[in-house]
Amino acid sequence: MSPSQSVLLSYFDSEEHVLEATRAAREAGYAVHDVYTPYAIHGMDEAMGLKSSRLTWVCFGAGLLGATSALSLQYYTSVVSWPLNVGGKPFNSFPAFIPVTFELTVLFAGLFTVAAFLLRSKSFPGSKREALPRVTDDRFVLALRADESDAKVKALLERHGALEVEQMEVAS
Amino acid sequence: MSNQHTSTLRVPLVSEERTLGQLTEEICAPMERKPSRMWWVAFALAVATLAVGVGMVTYEVSTGIGVWGLNKTIGWAFDITNFVFWVGIGHAGTLISAILFLFRQKWRTSINRAAEAMTLFAVMCAAIFPVIHMGRPWNAFWVLPYPNSRGSLWVNFRSPLLWDVFAISTYFTISAVFWYFGLIPDLATVRDRVKGGLKKAVFKVLSFGWNGSSRTWHRYETVYLLLAGLATPLVISVHTIVSFDFATSVIPGWHTTIFPPYFVAGAVFSGFAMVLTLMIITRVVLGFEHLITLRHLENMTKVIIVTGGIVSLAYGTEFFIAWYSGNPYEKFTFMNRAFGPYAWAYWTMVTCNVVSPHLFWFKKVRTSPAAIFVLSLVINVGMWFERFVIIVTSLHRDFLPSSWSMYTPTVVEVGTFVGTFGLFFTLFLLFTQVLPIISIGEVKSVAAFARGSHAPEHASHPAHGSETPHEHPAEAPEPLPTPALAAVAVRKDMPV
Repeated sequence: MSPSQSVLLSYFDSEEHVLEATRAAREAGYAVHDVYTPYAIHGMDEAMGLKSSRLTWVCFGAGLLGATSALSLQYYTSVVSWPLNVGGKPFNSFPAFIPVTFELTVLFAGLFTVAAFLLRSKSFPGSKREALPRVTDDRFVLALRADESDAKVKALLERHGALEVEQMEVAS
Repeated sequence: MSNQHTSTLRVPLVSEERTLGQLTEEICAPMERKPSRMWWVAFALAVATLAVGVGMVTYEVSTGIGVWGLNKTIGWAFDITNFVFWVGIGHAGTLISAILFLFRQKWRTSINRAAEAMTLFAVMCAAIFPVIHMGRPWNAFWVLPYPNSRGSLWVNFRSPLLWDVFAISTYFTISAVFWYFGLIPDLATVRDRVKGGLKKAVFKVLSFGWNGSSRTWHRYETVYLLLAGLATPLVISVHTIVSFDFATSVIPGWHTTIFPPYFVAGAVFSGFAMVLTLMIITRVVLGFEHLITLRHLENMTKVIIVTGGIVSLAYGTEFFIAWYSGNPYEKFTFMNRAFGPYAWAYWTMVTCNVVSPHLFWFKKVRTSPAAIFVLSLVINVGMWFERFVIIVTSLHRDFLPSSWSMYTPTVVEVGTFVGTFGLFFTLFLLFTQVLPIISIGEVKSVAAFARGSHAPEHASHPAHGSETPHEHPAEAPEPLPTPALAAVAVRKDMPV
C-alpha cells in the first residue's frame, strides 16, 4: 500500500445511519477504508467485513509462556540452584508452585496482549495521528476508497443520511 | 460495550435523554471547571489525614515496629487486618469491571471507571502495610527472586506470603493496565476538546494517537474481553491467596478450608459497600444522578445482600465445624471469639455484617441514597472488624494459657490506618478532577437505547466546524423535549 491515499469521508450523526451506509457501500462494491466512531458499534465488524482478531492467539501464547517461565523459575530455584530440605518434603513440590504459576500466566497474558494490540494498531505515546473533527465526540465518519467525482457513491451516502462528504488524503 | 441487543422492556441505563455531545460535555465538565469549594474542603481534609499517616509511618520506620502494640503472642494484628481490609475493598472494582462485563451486565458502564480507580488506590493502601511490617522497607525488593550475591539465596516458593507478593503485584499491574486500556478512547475525547497548551500536549501523549478507527475498536473490544477474562480468575485468586496466609497455618480459627470462598465473598461485600460510599458522594457532588442512577445503587445493594448472605453462612459454618469436628482447640477458639474478652468486636462484626444487610430487602431502604450511604459505612466497619476478629482472637489465647495475652493498638498503628484513608481519598479526589470518571464511550453506547430508535436530530449540535465554546459545561447546552422514555426510567415496578 502507498504511504498515503485518497479517501472519501462522509459524516453521519447516528450509529444506525453509519452502520447502514457502511453495509450498503460495501454491498455496492466500494472498499471500506475505515469507519471512525466515538464508541464501538455493535455489528460494525460484520458491516465492514472484518475477520475476528488474532490477538486471542497472542493471549493464549503469552499465557503458555508465562506458565512455562513460572514453572521453570520455581523448578530451577527450588530444585537445581539451591535445594532446601523443608521437613523432608520433595524439592519439586509442584502443588505449592501452582499459585505463582497462575499469577505469572495471567500477568504475561495480559501484558503481552495489550502490547500486541498497541503494536498492531500502531498506538504509542507521542503518536502524531489525529482524529477527524468530532469523531471522539458525536460524529461517525465512513471512509471509502472512492472518489468525489463518482456521483453514484455520493448519492448512496446521502440516501443513508450523510451530513457532509469530503475528499481527504490519509495515511494508509 | 455496544448495545443493540437490549430488550425494549428493560429500564434504560441512562435515565434522561441526552445527545452524544451532551454526554461528552457532562462527563468532561468536572475536569474543565475549577474545583468547587466542597472539593477543596474535602481535599484539604484528605491531605491532612494523609500527612498524619506519613508522619506515623516515618516515625515507625525510623524507630522500629516496637512502636506497635504487638507482643510475643500476638505477632500479627492491626497491620495485617488493614492489609486484608484494603485488598478486599479493591475487589469490587475488578468485579464490576471484569465479571459484570463477562455477564453482560450493562448497568456497570457508568460506575466501572471509578470502581477500577478505587481498586488501584485501595491496593496501593494495602501494599503499604506488608512493606512497613518488614521493619526495613528499603529491603523490600528481597521478596523478588533475583540472582544475588548471597548464594543465590532464592525466595521460598512454598510460602503463602511469597504467593501474596506475586498475587498482589500481578493484581495491581493487571488492574492498572485494564483501567488505562479502558481510558484510552476517553483520553482521546479529552484531547480533542482541549484547545491547546500543556493539557493538550499531555493528553496527546496519554491517548496514544487514538482516532476512533473501527478496525482498532474491533481489536480493542477483543482485547477488552480478554483482559476481563483474565482479571476474573485473577481477582478470585488474589483473595484466595490472601486467605492462604491464614489457612495454611496450624492456628485454630485459621486452619480451615472454607477460607478462600469466605474471604472472596467478604471482599466483594466490603468492596461494594465502599463503591456505594464513594458513588453516592460523587453522583451528588458532580451532578451525575442521571448517569449513576438509583438503579445502579439498587443493583449494588442486591449484590451486598447476596455476598452478605454468603459471609453470614461462612460465620455459621465455622461455628458448626468447630463443634462438629470435635477438636477442643477449635471449639475453644470459637467460644472465645463469641464470649471471650473480644466478644464486643465479634458482636460488632455480626451486627454490621449479618444483620444490617438485611435492611436492603426493603425497597424503601434500597432506593434511599441516604440510607444506603449509612449502611455502606456500617458494612465497612463490620468487615474491618471481621478481619480483626479472625486475626487477633485466634492468636491471643493460644495453646499455652501462660502465654495468653491481650492486644491494644497504639496511636502509631491507628494513625497509620487513618493515614491510608487520607491517601485513598486524596487520590480519588484528584482522579475526579483530572480524568473522566465515567467511561464516555461505554455510556454513549448504552445511551443509544435511552434515545430510542429515533435519533433526535432537533437536539444535535450546530454543524461541524463551528464548535461552541464550553464556558458553562455544567448546564445542558439546549433544552430538551420531554423525554419519551424518562417516565420508564424512574418506574420502580419494572424488572431490572
